[in-house]
Amino acid sequence: MSAILKLVAQRIALGLLLLFFVSILIFLGTLALPGDVAQTILGQSATPESLANLRAAMGLDQPPLTRYFQWLNGLFHGDLGNALTNGRPIAEALGSRLSNTLFLAFWAAIIAVPLAVLLGLIAVRFRDRWPDKLISAFTLSSISIPEFLLAYVLIYIFGVKLGWFPTIATLNSSMSFGQKIYTIAIPIMVLVLVILAHMMRMTRAAILNVMQSAYIETAELKGIGRFKIIMRHAMPNALSPIINVIMLNLAYLIVGVVVVEVVFIYPGLGTYLVDHVAKRDLPVVQAVGIIFAAIYIGLNILADVLSIVTNPRLRHSK
Amino acid sequence: MKQIPLSAAIGLFITGLYFFVALFAPWLAPYGMAEVVGEVWEPMSSTHWFGTDNIGRDLLTRMIYGARTTIFVATVATAVSFITGSILGFTASVFGGLIDQALSRFVDLIMSIPSLIFALVVLSVVPVTLPVLILLMGLLDATRVYRLSRAVATDINVMDYVEAAKLRGEGKLWIIFRELLPNALSPLVAEMGLRFIFMVLMISTLSFLGLGVQPPNAEWGLIVKENKDGIIYGIGAALWPALAIASLAISINLVADWILNRTTSIKGGR
Repeated sequence: MSAILKLVAQRIALGLLLLFFVSILIFLGTLALPGDVAQTILGQSATPESLANLRAAMGLDQPPLTRYFQWLNGLFHGDLGNALTNGRPIAEALGSRLSNTLFLAFWAAIIAVPLAVLLGLIAVRFRDRWPDKLISAFTLSSISIPEFLLAYVLIYIFGVKLGWFPTIATLNSSMSFGQKIYTIAIPIMVLVLVILAHMMRMTRAAILNVMQSAYIETAELKGIGRFKIIMRHAMPNALSPIINVIMLNLAYLIVGVVVVEVVFIYPGLGTYLVDHVAKRDLPVVQAVGIIFAAIYIGLNILADVLSIVTNPRLRHSK
Repeated sequence: MKQIPLSAAIGLFITGLYFFVALFAPWLAPYGMAEVVGEVWEPMSSTHWFGTDNIGRDLLTRMIYGARTTIFVATVATAVSFITGSILGFTASVFGGLIDQALSRFVDLIMSIPSLIFALVVLSVVPVTLPVLILLMGLLDATRVYRLSRAVATDINVMDYVEAAKLRGEGKLWIIFRELLPNALSPLVAEMGLRFIFMVLMISTLSFLGLGVQPPNAEWGLIVKENKDGIIYGIGAALWPALAIASLAISINLVADWILNRTTSIKGGR
């Protein structure tokens, strides 16, 4: 048991180290500019006074190292600085948006994960027959379209032609749970389709890989039914890669969310980020960027840890 | 090169068609790129095959010029990504040691941030122009090419003929360009197809977010952005790019699959 704990602790420490370097990288991006940030924000026609004011407001008159540690220190204390555009604290605006984004991603994941595993199982059970081919064709075409276009196709079909669901996902706190889910029905569908394909294909591949083992043949020769072989014999050994793929796709979901939120004008982190990139509001972009990176790295570590836990062979390697 | 399977032939034909349209856009397009020729959102007709867009420009013309921009950006960005990624990957594999460690850890670092998020962070401080976009997308994607080419080159680097070349005293550059590159080419070419699709998706996504190609230029993602309001009224103008991107992506996939199956069993990792 302690061996597992040690490996897990190692992974987490590695992740934290990575996050530290990512924060440097995100911060460095602002220094690598020709000229400086104040100039870029205000444009070429800015007066020297307004430039000096903005530089002082952003702390640009201090050396980069000092600024970096001030920023990092703020991050640890939940102080993300103020937005340049409206001067309000960023942390205030982030709270509700982060929970909205996680709400959307959570429900998409809850639907997509079991569905992907089930479809993967069906595809293996009917390998190379029509259910397998149908699932493959469907998933292949859904990953060939970018998220935002998939969103509009679904809006066109379910929102406009059939009129089943709202086409804009505006949430407010007075909505009941059911109303919220109804409002974000199409965004959830889009996200499910986006990650379903990858997860299903990898699940299928992972199980097929295991199905070629000798012990599966033994099980077949014993006369066990196909589905039972897959569930009882192939599944436990395919679990580790499947969990890995699921986690990586949840990390991918975080990116998909950005675009989908913009399409549906959903009040989440993604719209917040994109709006402020266009306004060149650097503190906001840095804060949201580091949050997305942290979630992404966190999910990757979780994937590592879970595959160590589910696959005993990984515990003793190295 | 005995015979091309049907799926690959279809893929090649459609891909070729798109590149042809992209190259000869000004001659093929029935109207000028930003020319207003009719009412807002006219339906499909014999004069406007795809109808008109949100300010009355011919949609077929916009799609043709959009193909030109999208495919141009994606092609150049793919080239940037492959040249940088494979040279660095081969270098890391041939020189090994400190260079390899430094490059690989740096690539790990870049890849630990989702590329769209990274692109957005960078685009918040740099001017959004075509060269910047191409460079940004190319360099971000070079990380993936780096990993693949390093892995492939490391496999080849231990082959007998490479050992022989080293023993006869060839320089590192010779090893990279005369021994590694020719043998690593087929998995790299197959991967190139996938990277190209990724570039198409990326540039159209960025344009859709308003952070890519700027109007009045045409780009597939931008066409969606311009016409998205029509969807609520049941006007499908914004859905044409979906068809274009999906058919291009699928046909390139078909070609890449064929190249991969035909030439080698090494699968390019994603």
